[in-house]
Amino acid sequence: MARIGVFVCHCGTNISGVVDVSRVAKYAESLPGVKVAVDYKFMCSDPGQNTIIDAIKTHNLDRIVVSACSPRMHELTFRNTLERAGLNPYMVEMANIREHVSWVHSDNKELATEKAMKLMEMSVSKVRRSEVLTKMFAPIEKRALVIGGGIAGIQAALDIAAAGYKVVLVEKESSIGGRMAQLDKTFPTLDCSACILTPKMVAVSQDKNITLLTYAEVTEVSGFIGQFEVKIKKKAKSVNSKCIGCGVCVTKCPNKKSLSDFDGRLGPRKAIYTLFPQAVPNVPVIDRETCTFFLTGKCKICEKVCPTSAVDYTQQDELITEKFGAVVVATGFDIYDHSSYGEYGYGEIKDVISSLQFERLISSSGPTEGHVVRPSDQKEVKNVVFIQCVGSRDESKKRPYCSRVCCMYTAKQAMLLKDHYPETQSYVFYIDIRAAGKNYEEFVQRAQNDYGVVYLRGRVSKIYERGNKLLVKGADTLSGAQVEIEADLVVLANGLEPRKGAKEFSQLFHMSSDQYGFYNELHPKLAPVETAISGVFVAGCCQSPKDIPDTVAMASATAAKVCAIFAKEKMEVEPLIAGVNQLTCSGCETCYNVCPYSAIEMKDKEVKRGEVRHVAEVLESVCKGCGVCVGACYSKAVDLKGFSERQILSQVETATMPITNS
Amino acid sequence: MESKVKEINIVGFLCNWCSYAGADMTGLGRNIYPSNIKVIRIPCTGRMDPMMIIEAFHNGADGVLVSGCHPGDCHYTEGNFYWRRRYPHLKSLLEHFGVDRRRFHASWVSASEGKKFAEVVKKVYAEVKDWKDNG
Repeated sequence: MARIGVFVCHCGTNISGVVDVSRVAKYAESLPGVKVAVDYKFMCSDPGQNTIIDAIKTHNLDRIVVSACSPRMHELTFRNTLERAGLNPYMVEMANIREHVSWVHSDNKELATEKAMKLMEMSVSKVRRSEVLTKMFAPIEKRALVIGGGIAGIQAALDIAAAGYKVVLVEKESSIGGRMAQLDKTFPTLDCSACILTPKMVAVSQDKNITLLTYAEVTEVSGFIGQFEVKIKKKAKSVNSKCIGCGVCVTKCPNKKSLSDFDGRLGPRKAIYTLFPQAVPNVPVIDRETCTFFLTGKCKICEKVCPTSAVDYTQQDELITEKFGAVVVATGFDIYDHSSYGEYGYGEIKDVISSLQFERLISSSGPTEGHVVRPSDQKEVKNVVFIQCVGSRDESKKRPYCSRVCCMYTAKQAMLLKDHYPETQSYVFYIDIRAAGKNYEEFVQRAQNDYGVVYLRGRVSKIYERGNKLLVKGADTLSGAQVEIEADLVVLANGLEPRKGAKEFSQLFHMSSDQYGFYNELHPKLAPVETAISGVFVAGCCQSPKDIPDTVAMASATAAKVCAIFAKEKMEVEPLIAGVNQLTCSGCETCYNVCPYSAIEMKDKEVKRGEVRHVAEVLESVCKGCGVCVGACYSKAVDLKGFSERQILSQVETATMPITNS
Repeated sequence: MESKVKEINIVGFLCNWCSYAGADMTGLGRNIYPSNIKVIRIPCTGRMDPMMIIEAFHNGADGVLVSGCHPGDCHYTEGNFYWRRRYPHLKSLLEHFGVDRRRFHASWVSASEGKKFAEVVKKVYAEVKDWKDNG
């Protein structure tokens, strides 16, 4: 006979404010097998856990139910508690009376209490049928895959490599650097982006532990923590390893028709190109869609001028398969495309540019070598209007979130403009200024006080083209006045959004995304870099908009998590897997056919003395415990540990019974 | 006869990775929904043995909801595809046995769709109540 203890948590007042916890505990005591039931303010706290351990010893309990928060939150905590009390860690069930009761049924305390009692009773029924499970161990491939070569990926790769582990860094462009490489200077210190980024890029290329795969993409992922198997497509660069990066091919390439995406399409790009002068690796690639040779079969100028015969038109895409123990996803962001804003000209007015285009204009390595000129007529500017929150904090564009960096980079851009051209005047239309960060508020104040940037609180209603000027009409809600500004250039503070293709990419790993497409962390506060997929971590803006310091911190955090996995000899894996009762298995192979992991093997085996039959067997190290085989088995020969047929049916039975005495 | 709120009993089967987490999110967002649903956590909707649903109705449940990851988002790659196939068959079979279609529901709720879970439960509750009150 099971000896069960029930522990009901108040969670401060989170639960007890709605649910009558003492009634839940009292009801528990009346259930068969329950030897003790107590309620306590914080079950997960040290004294709370000690209460459990003491009760286990005093009442000689062999299993427990904790009625508290979601098992997704604290199941592990209480498993550890059981271990400390000398019990099998899998003899605990949690009844979720916080997320599933008190927080969602606060409108009716009586019904909430009854539901809490019921959920607790269902867990008691389940735990009564729990079995002792032994932990399993699996080998770890001690190599990390970092996807995305922006500052997040670079930092994560460097930190993991510094700990002595091998890293493969995959970047889809021809150079690492990411968005940060596109920026001119960075807030709030105004140090130049390239000056602080390029040393890190070079460090990546020189680190013996890091293998850099640029112009490459991850195409397929299988496996799990410790044993991911990843297919990576190395796109044909058409330039081989003999390249010394002299750049003659780029200079001589006659094709000037393409526009550089890196430069915000403000400048030309050759068909053979490096992304930017400080590219790492400094090896150009040929864009086969625009290259004259690939289009017409004639030209071959780059091949002729190359001093090392590095140009190779016959190169093919290459698919490689590698094994990794852990993955860092740092795929970054795109900026919001403002062509959906009619009031700002649907993206069709040439002199209304995005913030990233402004970065390229003012950057000395940009298409204009740092001269801020109007894209329409290449004339210098005098009055510049900056508009905040374009594709941020805007319900109508389904972008209600704050992109966190725009207030700051707009202040920075206005200051840089004044530094370059003292005679210019900048105006900023804003909703609120959000400058929460070390030295951030001071920075915005400096823009206003020392740089004479005029801040107008209000929205712009329309931008008209008048002659060769732009007429910006808006409201200043502080003075209540309508404002009209004749501007030479309008710079929009485009918000940050997930990369195009973020959804498809997340499906490779089965990561979940939020409603906008940013990848979900495991817990918003306590597991900000983990994902629901063990061994897959997220860093940087693919998780949510953030600035460079936060991105770097997050990347280092993922590195710490990866190193923690690699530091162990073997990895503990949950024993919540399927098992076959070969005495009842009919050998129909249904489970074998449906298993998503090929974790079932068909064997001819002596199941009884003298009786050899064709039966299924679970490969324990491969099974992930989804239970698809259990749902499919015709003869009920397969069952899932931790979610067994008996356990779930007992929950169903209890759920449909009325509460006996309340 | 009008059913009492208390008397409607719905059993919910939620997959651990999407819908159960989505229901947790409903709690984080404090979205109120009818307390009639009692949730059972399962690893994946692919784990759903039709017996568990039949047993629920057999024992007197008024409604059953099974909810999992959106097709294509399954934590186990393809588990929910099996459930997607099973559901319509089971639904018509149950109907054939006299279980009204308003009593048996399936939905896709992701880990971030807390509000949606509350809406799903409200809808299921309304349909089950409609069946109970009007037959």
